[in-house]
This record gives sequence, C-alpha cells and structure tokens, in this order.
Amino acid sequence: MKYIDEYRAKDLIMKLEDQIRKSARRDYTFMEVCGGHTSAIHRFGIPYLLPDNIKLISGPGCPVCVTGTDFIDKAIAYSKMEEITVTTFGDLMRVPGSVTSLEKVKAKGADIRIVLSGLEALEIAKINSHRKVIFLGIGFETTAPGTAVTIKQAETDGINNFFVLSAHKVMPPAMEAIVKDGVNLDGFICPGHVAAITGSDAFNFIAEKYNLGCVVSGFEPTDILLSILMLIEQVNRNTPKVEIQYGRVVTVKGNVIAQKHLSEIFEPCDAKWRGFGVIPLSGLKLRKDFEMYDAENNIPLKITYQEDNELCICGKILRGLKTPAECPLFAKNCFPENPAGACMVSNEGACNTWYKYNINE
Amino acid sequence: MNDFISLNQGSGGKLTHQLIEKVFVNRFGMAEPLTDSAILKTEGFILAFTTDSYVVDPLFFPGGNIGKLAICGTVNDLAVAGADPGFIAASFIIEEGFPVNDLVLIAESMAEEALKAGVKIVTGDTKVVEKGKCDKLFITTSGTGILKPDMEHISTGKWIKPGDKLIVNGPVGNHAIAVLGARNNLSFSTPVTSDCASLNYLIKSVLQNCKSVRFMRDITRGGLATILNELAVMTGSGIIINEAVVPVDDPVKGLCEMLGFDPLYLANEGKVLMVVGDGEETRALDILREDPLGKYSEIIGEIIPDKRNLVILNTSAGGKRILDLPSGLQLPRIC
Repeated sequence: MKYIDEYRAKDLIMKLEDQIRKSARRDYTFMEVCGGHTSAIHRFGIPYLLPDNIKLISGPGCPVCVTGTDFIDKAIAYSKMEEITVTTFGDLMRVPGSVTSLEKVKAKGADIRIVLSGLEALEIAKINSHRKVIFLGIGFETTAPGTAVTIKQAETDGINNFFVLSAHKVMPPAMEAIVKDGVNLDGFICPGHVAAITGSDAFNFIAEKYNLGCVVSGFEPTDILLSILMLIEQVNRNTPKVEIQYGRVVTVKGNVIAQKHLSEIFEPCDAKWRGFGVIPLSGLKLRKDFEMYDAENNIPLKITYQEDNELCICGKILRGLKTPAECPLFAKNCFPENPAGACMVSNEGACNTWYKYNINE
Repeated sequence: MNDFISLNQGSGGKLTHQLIEKVFVNRFGMAEPLTDSAILKTEGFILAFTTDSYVVDPLFFPGGNIGKLAICGTVNDLAVAGADPGFIAASFIIEEGFPVNDLVLIAESMAEEALKAGVKIVTGDTKVVEKGKCDKLFITTSGTGILKPDMEHISTGKWIKPGDKLIVNGPVGNHAIAVLGARNNLSFSTPVTSDCASLNYLIKSVLQNCKSVRFMRDITRGGLATILNELAVMTGSGIIINEAVVPVDDPVKGLCEMLGFDPLYLANEGKVLMVVGDGEETRALDILREDPLGKYSEIIGEIIPDKRNLVILNTSAGGKRILDLPSGLQLPRIC
C-alpha cells in the first residue's frame, strides 16, 4: 500500500537494525512519550529488533491513561442526569472511575454515545435540541484543535445545548515533569502528531535546559528505528538537540492555523494527570468568552472523589519509573477486559500493549 | 397486504398465513401444506446440525444483506465441519412497522443464496413484536448436513500435528469494514464490499482432492486472531503466522490504519481457515485458487510445538509479537 509499505520495507529495516547495532556502544535509555509510539513499537515487534543495550520506556502520552479518575467520575455523574447525553471517543468507555465505568453505566441505561469526532457530537446536539449534549474533550495538542473548531462551529450555528467537559492537555510540561522527577534518560522519542501542531520548537527547552536529545518521530517501523539511531548518534557525539525525523508531517513552527484555533478557544490551566498529580499549566480550559460551552460552568455537579487503587502503579509506569511487568496487579487482577488501571484500557496504554504483544511473559 | 408489518401479521391467524405465503413459501420453494415440522429422511447417515442468529445493523450493506448472511453463515458452519449442507430452517423476528418490501428483498436474497449453495429452506417461523421491542429484523437459521464418517475429525482438529500448514482463502476484514461504512458513521464512503458467500462448494473441492485436511473454521466474529487462539488452545500447540503473507486488501488496510483497527481481528463472512498436513498444502492451495472464492488464498503459517499455546506473529517489519485474543468489542453488531 502506497505511503505505508515504503516505511515498512524489510530491507530498509534490516539496514537500520544493523546500523543501530554498530553505533550503540554503551547502554542507552530512551522514552517514547507518545502512546501511539508505544503501540507501534510493540505491534511491529521492534524490541525484538533492538540490541539488549537499548532500553525503551513508555511515557505519559496516552491521553486516556493520564486522564484522572475524577474526570471519569464527573462524566459518569453527568451521564446519570436525566436530560443529558454524554458523547465520547470509544477509548474512554472502559476506563475505571473510582466506582464504575462509562461502559457499565451505559449498560444500565445512561445515554452515552461513542463518536469519532467533536463535530459528530455537535450533530447529535443539533438533532436532539431538547437534550444537553456533553462532549468529553480528551487528548493533547493533536485532538484539542478539533474541539476548538467544534466550539467555533457551535457558535456559528447558534447551538446552545452543546457543552465540552475538557481534560485536554499539553505535552511539554509533562515531559519536563518526568525529567525533574529524576527518571534516568538519554533522550526522548518525541510525539510526531503533537509536533505536527506545535512544531518541533516546542521541545527546544528540553535540549537546552536539560541537555537531552529529542527526535520527533513518525509511527512506522523505519521511522522509529531511524529516530533511535539519531538519538544514539546525539548521545555518542554529546550534541543534544531537537531533530525532526518525521519530516513528511512535522515542521519547526507547526500548524499555525491549528495553533490559532487553540489559543482563541483555550487558555492554559493547571491540570491533574493520573500518576503525576497536578502539573502547572499543563491543561487547557475554555476562555471566558466561550464559557457558555463549558459543561462544568453551566451544569452544576456535586460528587465526592475516591482514591485510586493503591496497588496500581500506573503512575510510576507513566513516569517511566516502572514497567508493567513490575506491577503486582498486572495480568493477575488487571486485564484488558477488566482493567484496574487506566494504562490497561487504551490500545495505546503501556500495560495494554505489553499484555497484548509481549512474548516473554 | 399492508406496506408495513403490523402486529396482526404475527398473530398466528389468517394474516400471518398470508404473510408467509406471500413472502416466503414460493420464494423458498417450500412443500405444501405447511406443517409444524419438515420431515427429512436420512437413514444411515451422520448428521451435522447447527444454528445461528443474525442481528446485523444495518440490514443492507455493500455485498449483501441480513438474509444472504443468514444462509451463508449457516451453510459455512456446516461446510467447515466437513458436512454437505442440505436443509435450512429460518426463523424471523420482525419489528412492527417493518417495510414489507424490505422483507421481500431479504427473502429473495435468501432464496437466491440457498439456490447457489444447493440447500433447501424447509421450515421456519415468523413472529412480530411491538415497535421498539426488537431492532427491525432478527433472523435465526438452523441447518443440517450429511457428514461422511472419514470427515468426523475435522471439527475437533484432533489430528492436527506440528508442521501442519494454515491456509486462508483470501483477504480478511472486508465484511466488518463494509458494514461499518454502511452504518454512515464514517464521514466518507469506502469501496469495500462484504465477502459474504457460501463456501461449501469451494470446501468440497478441496476435501475431494486432499486427504489431509485436519481442521476448518469459518473466520467470522473476532477475526483470524480469535480463531487462531482458539485453535492453539484446542490442540495444545503453538502457531506461527507470517504477517507479510496474510492477505488484506489495500482499502481495508488503509481504513484500519486510520481507525486503529487490526484487520486480523475483523469479522469476515466468506473466509475459511484450513489446517492441512502431510505436505498437501500446495495441492490444497492450487485447488482453492482455481475457484473465484479462493483466488487469493495463501499459506499463512504453521502449527508448532508450544506448551504455552501462544500464537506468534512474525511481523512484516521482521519483529515478533503475540497475537492475542481481542478483549471486548472492536465493532458492534456486524453479523
């Protein structure tokens, strides 16, 4: 298939594998920040292709995994209200809240619908003008512009029964939190689709302030292997910098139009990340001018929050401090069909990916 | 006759009889008078007997409809057991208000597919439920087929040995993507059509010419990955699959890339997995490829000794990974 097969060509993969083996002359630990990378790495069997002295650890870049229990609890509480329809991306359905999940309350009759985009949720609001339709806005810089455009469209169309419950987040502050947390890293495989929006410049401060290499990578096996090779070369030459491997999608400045939509609708706020706690200015909330679309501002909610399962180490896994195999619940009390922690739910979650793809369990 | 099905037509009285006469009896070529049971003579034979319910949404999709599916599905369930499908029973649960014209179209598809597959629809039942009590139309079909004594091992796979080869009769994932496209919740159209087809003649031609077919299963819900995992556990062995040779059509591949699906987990309605031993795999492959329904057949892997019963995928990229059972729904109601 065009534009896919070229990046999965076996002869190219073997050349890169060979070059990596030749270049790797010490131990290296790199973090793939993005959940899409975690999934691709395991799906293509990349750990099997790498020499033992290269360790990849999974970062906090699965939006489902880092969404706090409190957000799920809020969404569930809304879905139980008579006049409300909750719309969500499918991945969130099985994420455990503190007591139950969206999937379970839907089975009991709550009006929860899976959508593929914010605009689809807006359509549901138009058709059901007598109901309040809440869209669960999750995701990083990649998905947040879609929500921004949806809100603008709601304004243009004069829709007043559409609301967003925003858990949108931005990536660079989380990467900084990981470095400050003392995770021992030699570089970041940076998220390709986030960078398509932000531009690779968003990661400059990591190379400059913390002397860590950053390579913005694509999601095909040759992309990932080449990115690893570029990081190895940076370490070998002691020249940490931001490089773009994913040149067919990512530029230095990014998608300026999407950035404009984002900054018109959203402003930075402190946000809670599952496993990290609150990271300053890492979230996106609706600006005052658009508060009429903010679910929490318009539809009051009273709930009490409960603590997460204390045996679950999703937090440490998201911070790259532990691997899924080190979790006491992994594959014992936590499975994809019955997850205890969020990392087991999403296709991009580190635990889910380990469970599905790893041979050495 | 009303243009829409009414509750009266499910009352069991005159209107029910009229509906059955007008929509089903002639099309299915049923023997009259209609009795409560079809009487079938099968002295001295081993019978295979199967049943399946069909709830696909939407009822009509590119490449088929619920009626065609209901015949193909039951025919295939019998054929993969090594049986020669013969008789079908069809039961309809219809929602009040369902358009009669649609019911006629569906009955026509069933009759056409039954003719193609050489099976007879000999008995059935019709119920009408109040609006909202079922989603438009559900069909249950049951079927019988005659099984030769030397085919009895096929459904259990008990003769499978390490070294046996695995064959599929063409590209996987088309049915699931066709149904998803027809559901209108993608904001674009796809050129993908369902592979919905009766495989009994294709299978028969292989069985007549190859003595070492050890196992067959139609690759429906859960896709190839699910069948492979069930097979590994059932036989107490492992399986190696070569991703690069598993046939997947480009439009399916492209949509899977975009939507995050894995074609190996997607449903099919005209695909069979065969396990063939004794070096007969090339012969089986040649026979399959002679038939339009098996033109793109491939040998995709083999049975290996492994106490953990894992299905290992040699990835196209040259790596390895586990091909596990899916957890939960990939797509709702596709068959």
